[in-house]
Amino acid sequence: MIYLDHAATTPMRPQVWDAMEPLALDVFGNSSGVHGVSRQAKNALEESRERIASLLGARPMEIVFTSGGTESDNLALKGAAWSKSARTGVVTVATEHEAVLETVDLLGRFDDPTKLVGVDNSGFVDVDDLLDAIDNTTAVVSVMLVNNETGLIQDLPALAKAVKAEFPDVLVHTDAVQAFVSKNLDVSELGVDMMTITGHKFGGPKGAGLLYVREGVGLEPVLHGGGQELGRRSGTHDVASVVGLATAMELTDADRGRFNTEVGNARDLFERTILEGVDGSMPNSPLQSRSTHHFNVKIPGVRNETLLMRLDQAGVAASAGSACQSGAATVSHVLEGMGLSVDEARESVRFSFGWTSTADEALNGAGIVVDLVDQLR
Amino acid sequence: MKALVAMSGGVDSSVAAALMKDAGHDVIGVTLKLWSGPNGEAPTAGCCTVSDAEDARRVAAELDIPYYVFDYTDDFKDGVVDRFVRDYASGQTPNPCIECNRTVKFDRLLNRLEEFDRDVLVTGHHARVQENDGVWTLLRGTDPSKDQSYVLSMLTQDELSRVQFPVGELTKKGVRRIAASMGMRSAHKPESMDICFVGQGDYRSFLQQNAPEVFTPGRIVDTHGADLGTHDGIVGFTVGQRRGLGVAVGEPRFVVRIEPAESTVVVGGRDDLEVTGVELHQVTWSNGQMGDGPLTAQFRAHGEPVSAKLQGTHLMFDDAQHAVSPGQTVAFYDDEKVLGGGLISRTNL
Repeated sequence: MIYLDHAATTPMRPQVWDAMEPLALDVFGNSSGVHGVSRQAKNALEESRERIASLLGARPMEIVFTSGGTESDNLALKGAAWSKSARTGVVTVATEHEAVLETVDLLGRFDDPTKLVGVDNSGFVDVDDLLDAIDNTTAVVSVMLVNNETGLIQDLPALAKAVKAEFPDVLVHTDAVQAFVSKNLDVSELGVDMMTITGHKFGGPKGAGLLYVREGVGLEPVLHGGGQELGRRSGTHDVASVVGLATAMELTDADRGRFNTEVGNARDLFERTILEGVDGSMPNSPLQSRSTHHFNVKIPGVRNETLLMRLDQAGVAASAGSACQSGAATVSHVLEGMGLSVDEARESVRFSFGWTSTADEALNGAGIVVDLVDQLR
Repeated sequence: MKALVAMSGGVDSSVAAALMKDAGHDVIGVTLKLWSGPNGEAPTAGCCTVSDAEDARRVAAELDIPYYVFDYTDDFKDGVVDRFVRDYASGQTPNPCIECNRTVKFDRLLNRLEEFDRDVLVTGHHARVQENDGVWTLLRGTDPSKDQSYVLSMLTQDELSRVQFPVGELTKKGVRRIAASMGMRSAHKPESMDICFVGQGDYRSFLQQNAPEVFTPGRIVDTHGADLGTHDGIVGFTVGQRRGLGVAVGEPRFVVRIEPAESTVVVGGRDDLEVTGVELHQVTWSNGQMGDGPLTAQFRAHGEPVSAKLQGTHLMFDDAQHAVSPGQTVAFYDDEKVLGGGLISRTNL
């Protein structure tokens, strides 16, 4: 199999599995307990928190462990809207992940003021549009750093700075789920109050993520209970997964130089082969403002679900838009938000690269795509 | 042979997939996502629900065949749901399942068969296809109580040459026996009866949202136009209906006609329901050639075939028929053999 769907999820790094195993089998204690095996688990948990905080330029207690990107986005937005502050509104962008958009939709149904800001044809949000959408009811603004479908990199530091300059009381959240694999993320440089990261996008375990919450930001929890994570997220810790998350983040940080050259080159090779070999193919985001590992391309005249099925038969794994529970490819709201027609969105496919990707895979995969498109036309 | 099996999650299409696989064919299963509610969710009842797609996926996994879900919600909405609403609001008796077969399942999948790198489309319908000297013939399924040839009566030669119905040779019992012997979970699943996009038979709320005009109050009149009463909307009435008219008259009364423009329901005696002939449109012939003359005609999926004569698009019954109304599909038969079919545009010519 040539796996070109790393933006969906990645294979776990073997060292991550090795790091997790003793926590699952031996150090199984409840990290909130009073006895030895629990203390060991607690130590592993807090050590992981420190390791992660230092990677993000954050303080340990600013890291809240969650079950992943979706939960972190929910906690950031619901938590801010439902907090003690009089501000209850949310402003976000039309091309965000469903974890953000559906949460905003829910808040809207409960009468919190919500606004979606549009994007231009490349997917960029305009700073003035964003500022115009904010008012004195706004509690939080959420802007994704790297788009999950197109890989477009938003100029988050500039947007965050502009928001803070005009509205110092408004919180800035970013879903950085697709960003960490290729970008060093420093919360101060980004200028954000909250940031979502999840482990399985860079060789870590699924079901393990975090929300960075700047000290002093008060959030109403989404999960109430035993008061773990300083009351911000209740529930017994999955310490093995947290250790896996920390290990994956360190390995990714250490491997980032190679990732951005080798994996980036593989992606570029793949991209060039397709754009040269497939008549009329068009990248769906500007090549120079895009993450290292995404390639979202429109192939006129070929319906994406057909191409994906044929690619699967040929041993190439890729995806389109976001998948619903059944696995049916739905029309991408991201591409629609960028002004593509429904038909154009249905002709678009996302190929994404990860830590295991090689130039050989890129070349072979692109060759298969070019041949299949020839057959389908 | 490379087969694409349309899998609904039900027992028939599951067994169809299993039979193809057992026969040594290269099989791929697909489920069509056809409908989503206002928030994008799949229906929870009727055919093509979330749990059905899950059943289909599980069967495909047991058979170890690739399985995909295709999103045809746009085609389904345009070709089936909107048309159902339009026809219903114009007082017709539409059959959305036939329209779905015609415009989505067969049309879309057959058109894309080559793209999918497949030779044949396989479904779980109870019907048979035979080939003689390059001529393809659609026949009733072996089990008369399960025969579904009626809903396939619009298939053309070209289409028939690229479809297979492996369970058409079996009885329903036989199908369930195979399913059970293979340990399929769907072996004892009840058959779907509801219209999938309406859900649990709740026409009223579906139509309230999609065709509010059918809730316009109007008159109930007799065949001479004399007022007999009023009603709260044509939604509650179908041609041939006897109960619930709220009209006190001595002899039995039936709905004989619905006039949607004025929201008028016309009632009459049993004789007024008699239809001696119908005008058809969208007529198709299995063999591609218009045929005139005697045949048997069937108006419902499991209705009794009746003798009739066809002249052009006029179909005349040997004996007058009751409760035949515009919008219904007529399938033409010569004994077991399907000759073609059409849609009723008008009755009593």
